[in-house]
Amino acid sequence: MPESSSEVMDIRSSSVEYRPSPLRQFSQSSLPLHRDYMLSDFCTEHNVQECLSHINQEVSSLGLPPLWTEASGSSEMKVVPVLNCMYDLIQLHHRGLRTLENMEVEQLKTSSNVDFLQLSSTHLKEQLELSKRENTGLLERERQLQLKVKTLQNSLKTEKEEVQKLQNIIASRASQYNHEMKRKEREFNKLKERLNQLLADKKEKKQAIDVLNSIGRADGKRSLWKTVKTEAKHEGEMYKTLLSNYDTRQRELLLENAELKKVLQQMKKDMVSILSSRKTALRGDKHQDAGKQVDAEEEEEVFDSSKESVELYCDQAREKLTNSIRLQWRRLKSHVERLDSQASLAQMGENTNSDAVARETHEDEMDRLKLEIQQCKDLIQTQQHLLQQLSSPCDDETASLLSDCFMLQEKERFREEWKTLEEQRKIFERERRNFTEAAIRLSHERKDFEDDRALWLKHQFLSLSPFADSKKPQMSKSKSAFSISKTEVSAETDPEKLIKCRSGATSPIPRCVQLTPPPTDDLHRTLCLMPDNRSTKPKRKVEHVEESQISFNGNIPVQCKQWNDSEDQYSHLLPKEKTSSI
Amino acid sequence: MNFSEVFKQSNQLCKVSPDGKYLATCVQYRLVVRDVETLQILQLYTCLDQISHMDWSSDSLFILCAMYKRGLVQVWSLEQPDWHCKIDEGSIGLVSSRWSPDGRHILNTTEFHLRVTVWSLCTKAVSYIKYPKACQKGIDFSRDGCYMALAERRDCKDFVSVFVCDDWHLLRHFETETQDLAGLEWSPNGCVLAVWDSCLEYKVLLYSLDGRLLSTYSAYEWSLGVKSVTWSPSSQFLAIGSYDEKVRILNHITWKKITQFEHPATINNTKAVVYKEVVKRPAVCSDDLSLHNITIGNTLFNTQSKYEICPTPVQLPVVKPDPDRANPKIGISTLAFSSDSRYLATKNDNMASVVWVWDVQKMSLVAVLEQTTAVRCFQWDPRRPRLALCTGNTKLYLWSPAGCVSVQVPTEGGFQVQSLNWHCSGDSLILLGKEQLCLCYMDNDQEDK
Repeated sequence: MPESSSEVMDIRSSSVEYRPSPLRQFSQSSLPLHRDYMLSDFCTEHNVQECLSHINQEVSSLGLPPLWTEASGSSEMKVVPVLNCMYDLIQLHHRGLRTLENMEVEQLKTSSNVDFLQLSSTHLKEQLELSKRENTGLLERERQLQLKVKTLQNSLKTEKEEVQKLQNIIASRASQYNHEMKRKEREFNKLKERLNQLLADKKEKKQAIDVLNSIGRADGKRSLWKTVKTEAKHEGEMYKTLLSNYDTRQRELLLENAELKKVLQQMKKDMVSILSSRKTALRGDKHQDAGKQVDAEEEEEVFDSSKESVELYCDQAREKLTNSIRLQWRRLKSHVERLDSQASLAQMGENTNSDAVARETHEDEMDRLKLEIQQCKDLIQTQQHLLQQLSSPCDDETASLLSDCFMLQEKERFREEWKTLEEQRKIFERERRNFTEAAIRLSHERKDFEDDRALWLKHQFLSLSPFADSKKPQMSKSKSAFSISKTEVSAETDPEKLIKCRSGATSPIPRCVQLTPPPTDDLHRTLCLMPDNRSTKPKRKVEHVEESQISFNGNIPVQCKQWNDSEDQYSHLLPKEKTSSI
Repeated sequence: MNFSEVFKQSNQLCKVSPDGKYLATCVQYRLVVRDVETLQILQLYTCLDQISHMDWSSDSLFILCAMYKRGLVQVWSLEQPDWHCKIDEGSIGLVSSRWSPDGRHILNTTEFHLRVTVWSLCTKAVSYIKYPKACQKGIDFSRDGCYMALAERRDCKDFVSVFVCDDWHLLRHFETETQDLAGLEWSPNGCVLAVWDSCLEYKVLLYSLDGRLLSTYSAYEWSLGVKSVTWSPSSQFLAIGSYDEKVRILNHITWKKITQFEHPATINNTKAVVYKEVVKRPAVCSDDLSLHNITIGNTLFNTQSKYEICPTPVQLPVVKPDPDRANPKIGISTLAFSSDSRYLATKNDNMASVVWVWDVQKMSLVAVLEQTTAVRCFQWDPRRPRLALCTGNTKLYLWSPAGCVSVQVPTEGGFQVQSLNWHCSGDSLILLGKEQLCLCYMDNDQEDK
C-alpha cells in the first residue's frame, strides 16, 4: 500500500507538473480528435509544409524537441526526430491515459467515498434527527417535570401556609379557649359564692351534726385555743420534723460514707498486700526498685498515719486516702494488665506445657528483661547525671576536660574534612591531567592549523600571481578547513583565559578542587553531547572549555560560601553543593 | 391456701379495720362488722339509706358511712353500739367524705367542690375550707397524720394549703407553678409534697413542708404528660407514670431522673421472666365424669389456667387507643411499690392484660405477667414482696420473686374477683366480687420456709 500511494503521489505530482499542457492539449486537440474520426485529411500533399509547421508548433508547445529546424535548411523531414517525437507523444498519451485511469480510479474512490460520506451523513442526519427528537422529548419531559415541581412547590407553599394558618388558628383558639375558661371559671366561682350565700341564708334545711354525746380526743387531751403561741408551736413542730428528717438523712449519708470509706480502706489494704507481695517476690532481682519501694513504704506510712484521722473525717486525710487508693489502684491495674498479657503470652507460647511452668518461665524471662531495662535505665540515669554535672558551671578541671573534649571533637571534624579535601584534591589532580592533555592536543591542533594557514596563505599568494586556477578542488578543501579553524580561532583565546583563571585559582588546593567539575560529570556531559553529531574533537573541546568557564564564573561566590560552610562543620556537604553549583 | 365462705356485700364496700381485727362490710343500707379471725358478726348497724362510702377511723373505733345521694354521713362506734352520730350536709350536697387522721374529724366535700366542711366529733364544731379544687387527688394527709395538703383554685390559679390536722391551723399557703394542678401527694416521711400538673403538661413539682419549691421535673413537652405518681415507701424514689408508656424514677436527693422504665410491646430483656397465663379447658374424660366432678359442677364451666414461662423475645398484645377520644387508653395508669420498696409493679393501659414488675435495686425488669384478660386490680402484700392481682375472672394470681401462681377461687356460683385487699398482716386477702366477698388465707408456713 505505501508503495502504491507513493506512486499515486508521484503521478499526481507529475500531473500537476503537466497540468497546463493537458489542458491545452484537450482544448486544442478537440479539433485533431475530430479529424481522427474523419481519418485525417489533415495532411495532404499540398499542405505538408503547413502541417509540418503546425505539428512542429504543437510539439514545441508540448515541450518536445522540434521535428525539424529551419536552420537545418532542408525541407526533408528526418525520420528519427519524428519517431522520437511520436514516441514521446505516445508516451505522453500513455501517461495521460494512466493519469486518466488513476484519476478515474481516484474518482471512483472519491465517489465511493462521497457515497460513503453521504451515507454516513444521512445516517448521521438521521441520528441527529433522532437525537433532536429525543432531545425535544427530554426537554418536554423536563418541562413537564419542572411544571410538576412548580406545582408541587406551589402546593407545598400552600400547605405550609395552610399549616401556618392552622397553627395560628390553633394558637388563637387556644388563647380564646383559655380566656373563655377563665371567664367560665370566674363565673363558676361567682355562682359558687352565690350558692354559698343562698345556702347560708336558707334556713329550711341547714347543715347539722347530731351526736349523741361528743367523744374525747384520740390523744385524750383537750383541744387548745388558737393563739399566737399555738401558731408558733406549729411552726416549731414543722421545722422540727423537717430538721429531724434532714438529720436522719444526714445520718444515713454519714453511715453510707463510713461504709464506703471502710470499703475503700479494705480495698486499699488488699491492694497494698497484693502489691507488696509482688514486690517482695521481685525484690531479689531488682536493685533499682529500692527507691520505688521506699516511696511505696512512705506512702504506706502516710496512709497508716492518716488511718486514725480518717475516723475524724478530716479533709486532708480523705484526700490522702483517695489519692493513695487511686495510686494503688493504678498500680494494681497495671499489674493485672501485665498478668493478663503474661497469661495471654503463656497461652500463645506454650500450649503443651502446663500453665505453671509457662508462667514460671515467663516470669523468669520477665524478670530478666526487667533487669535489663533497669540496667539500661541506670545507664541512662548515670548519663543524665553526668550531663547535668557538665551542664552546671563547674571547676577548672572539668572545664579543661570539656575543652579537651571539644578539641577532640574539633580534631575529629578536621580530620574528616581533611579526608574529603584530599579526595577532592585527587579528583582535581586527575582533572588537571585531563586539562594538560587537552592543552597538548590543542597545541597540536594549533600547530596543524598554523600549517594550514601557512599553506592557505601560500595559495592565496599564489592565486594572486599570474599562474592561477591550477588547483581548484584544493581551494574548496582549504575552505572547509578554514571553517573549522575559524571556530578554533575563537576557541584559541579561551584556553588562555582558562589557564589564567586556573592559575589564579590554584593557589589554595582545596579551592581549586572545588572549582573544577568532577571528571565523571564532565565525561558524562561529553557523552551526552555525543549524539549531537558534533563529534569533531576541537569543537567538543571548545564547548567543554566554555562550559568550564561558565562554571568558573558562576562558581566563585558559591565557592566562597562553601568555604564558609565548611568552616561551619558542613564539610561533608561539599561535594554535593559543588555538583549542584555546576 | 384456704378460702372462707362467701359473704354478701354491695358497692364493693368492705374494709378491714386498721388494727386488723375487724372486717366491716356494707350490704345495701346495713353495716356489718365481723371478727376477722372467726368471721362472726360482732355488730350490725342500719343506716338511713344505701351506703355509698364506708371508712374506718384510724383508731379502729369508729366507722363512717356516707350516703352521698342524701347528703348524709352516719358514724358508728364499735365500742358503744348505741352511740350514733349523723351529719347532714343539707341541700349543699355531698360528693366525698373522709376521716381526718386523728379519727375525730370528718371532712366532707360538698357538691361542686364549693367547700370542704370539717366536722369535729369532739366539739361538734364545724369549719369550712373554701375553694377546694376538683381534681384527681386534691387532698392528702401526711403519713403521720400531722398535716393535710389541699389543692385550691382561686382566681384561675392553683394554690396549695398545708393545714395542721391537730387544730386545722393553716400552716402554709402557696401558689404552685402549674397550669392546672391535677394532684398532690405527701412523701411517706411527710417532708416533701409532690404536685403534678394535668395531663396536658408534663410537670412534677416538689415542695418542702415549709412551702419551698425543691425541684421541678419535666420529661417532655407538648404531648400528654403525667398519668400517675407514686412515692416509694422509703420516700427515696418518686415514680412517675406517663402517657408515653414510660415510668420515670426520681431520686430524693437531687430530684433528678435515675432511670426510666419503658414498656415495649416486645420484650428482649433476657433477664426478665415472662409468665404467660395459659388457659386449658378441662378435658371431659369418661372417668372424670364421676360423682365428685358433678358435685362441683360449676367448676366444669370454669377453665383451668396455669403460667408458662416464655422464652424471650416475647410479643405482648397491644391495643391501639382511639386517638379521637379524650383520656386515651395508653400510658402508665397504675404504679405500686412493694412494701420494702424493692419492687415496682406497673400497668400500661394499652397492654391491659400485662403487669410489669421491676426491681428497684437493679433498676431492671424482673417479671412480666401476661394474663388472658385485662388486669382489674393488683396490690402488694403489706409485709412481703408478694403481688396479688385479679382480672375479673374466678382466679386469683400471685407473684413473688420465687414464682407465679394462679389459684382458682373454689366457691359456688362463679365468684368473679373484681377487686382485692390485703389484710394488714399480709396473712389474708379479701377478694371482692360483684355482690360477694370472700377471704383467702395464705399458708404462711410455706412462706416461712
